[in-house]
Amino acid sequence: MYITQLSIFVENKFGRLSEILDVLAENHVDIRALSMADTSEFGILRMIVDDVEKAKAVLAESGVAVKSTEVIALPIDETPGGLARMVAKLRDNHISIEYLYAFFNRDLGGPQVVMRVDDVKRAEAVLAPKN
Amino acid sequence: MANHQYHQKDFECMPREELTALQSERLVWQVKRMYENVECFRLRMDEKGLRPEDIHGVEDLHKLPFSYKSDLRDYYPYGLFATPLSQIRRVHASSGTTGKRIVVGYTEKDLETWANCTARILAGAGVGPDDFVQVSFGYGLFTGGFGLHAAAERVGATVIPMSSGNTSLQIQTMIDFGATVLCCTPSYALYLGEEIERMGVRDQLKLKVGIFGAEPWSESMRAEIEKKLGLKAYDIYGLSEVLGPGVSYECEYQAGMHVCEDHFIPEIIDPDTGEVLPYGTAGELVFTTITKEGFPVIRYRTRDICTLNVAPCKCGRTHLRMNKPQGRSDDMLIIRGVNVFPSQIEEVLLSISGGEITPNYQIVVDRVNNTDTFDVNVEMSEAFFADDMKSVEKLEKTIAEKLKSTLGIGTKVHLVNPKSIVRSEGKAKRVIDNRKY
Repeated sequence: MYITQLSIFVENKFGRLSEILDVLAENHVDIRALSMADTSEFGILRMIVDDVEKAKAVLAESGVAVKSTEVIALPIDETPGGLARMVAKLRDNHISIEYLYAFFNRDLGGPQVVMRVDDVKRAEAVLAPKN
Repeated sequence: MANHQYHQKDFECMPREELTALQSERLVWQVKRMYENVECFRLRMDEKGLRPEDIHGVEDLHKLPFSYKSDLRDYYPYGLFATPLSQIRRVHASSGTTGKRIVVGYTEKDLETWANCTARILAGAGVGPDDFVQVSFGYGLFTGGFGLHAAAERVGATVIPMSSGNTSLQIQTMIDFGATVLCCTPSYALYLGEEIERMGVRDQLKLKVGIFGAEPWSESMRAEIEKKLGLKAYDIYGLSEVLGPGVSYECEYQAGMHVCEDHFIPEIIDPDTGEVLPYGTAGELVFTTITKEGFPVIRYRTRDICTLNVAPCKCGRTHLRMNKPQGRSDDMLIIRGVNVFPSQIEEVLLSISGGEITPNYQIVVDRVNNTDTFDVNVEMSEAFFADDMKSVEKLEKTIAEKLKSTLGIGTKVHLVNPKSIVRSEGKAKRVIDNRKY
């Protein structure tokens, strides 16, 4: 249910995103999922990679501010309404979503959604109850 | 406008021997009372093995200890005052090198002295009872507004106390109230001039004289201001620790600024050795206040670099002239007329980072549309970074707010990539000042 996500500070400067992606490419880090949130001054690039420690090390060395966060990652029904139903469950239990993005998880062979919520414990209980 | 040339002719044109004798008498008085009442001074005198009786006159001035801006920080707020607080009629404050401001105080007599010194500025520029003086220096704890206000009242003019800001109202007032004199920072004067030009109301102005100071400005800026506003622009110099405005001022011949030597003894020293340098040599300007009661200073190091000229002036004043300060011997910046020290910014950043490390930063100053711009680039680091947008945005905002409240001027804060601020020999270049006067 949890996955380690990397968050990267991206100054709003021409070529900055390319520099960051080049570093990962040169070091053979595989990006599995990615989402970018932006303001006029800067962006936060969030990604799921295959080798978190390696990615963090090479990014930090090249002068990138990077942090790792544990976020929820759950499979979604691969039918229309799959995501809507999941989000509805959170809504009904008054759990707020900070952000989310979806990707295709190769290892699991299906779509997954990554999300950050305000109450992780309750989200877990609601979405992935341990029977 | 009648030609009121001197405010206090007897003092302003006093023969030099008489002036020196007066200075000596006043210096002896000041040294004695400061030894008795000001701990900081007494400790320094004791360190040197000096007693007030060892000082007979200005010839002994060089023996006395220096004083520094850091003294005001160390004795904040009132530790350097020489009179009981009940005698202090007013306090003013200015920027210190750290978050603490420097505080100065005035007795009734000091306020009188101050008004007389600043009145000399206006009288020298021919300003009198028929004039309307628009004071657009900031009122409040800064000495500029109140300083010129008192001057205008003292010479019998009609004072228009505008303070700074609100440009369209400033111009409307200038036109409607018939201002003949404008007092503000030179960059604001230029800004007003451009607005007036844009509005096409230049011929509705009745301005004749401008009194400008609180920041460095060049001859070409002066020419520009005079052209845009149609007035004669006078330079003035002052600092809160010595008085406020009124320490020195240009007469109509504008060949240097006359120091009010009956109140302040100027010296030029070598900033590294402290050795007194002869007139005509450039060095650090030092002042001794010989009449101030509330907050006097002995050999206060201004950090301004300039030259003194003791040759007689065509105006008839015998008080020596200083040229425009040519630079500083410290890292202080003047932005929109306000003193700013890089160390103040460092202190704010350190407090935000939780006192652990000071993030790497760079100050970039420029001038756009005749107004100083002030940007602070702060390197993002892991310590500052968080995964949520809100807190990163909040960080930028928090830094800007704290800087504004500490410095007194608005700052634009930019979070930049780690290691993007250029370092040379391991030291980051802290200040980039792109302004050209």
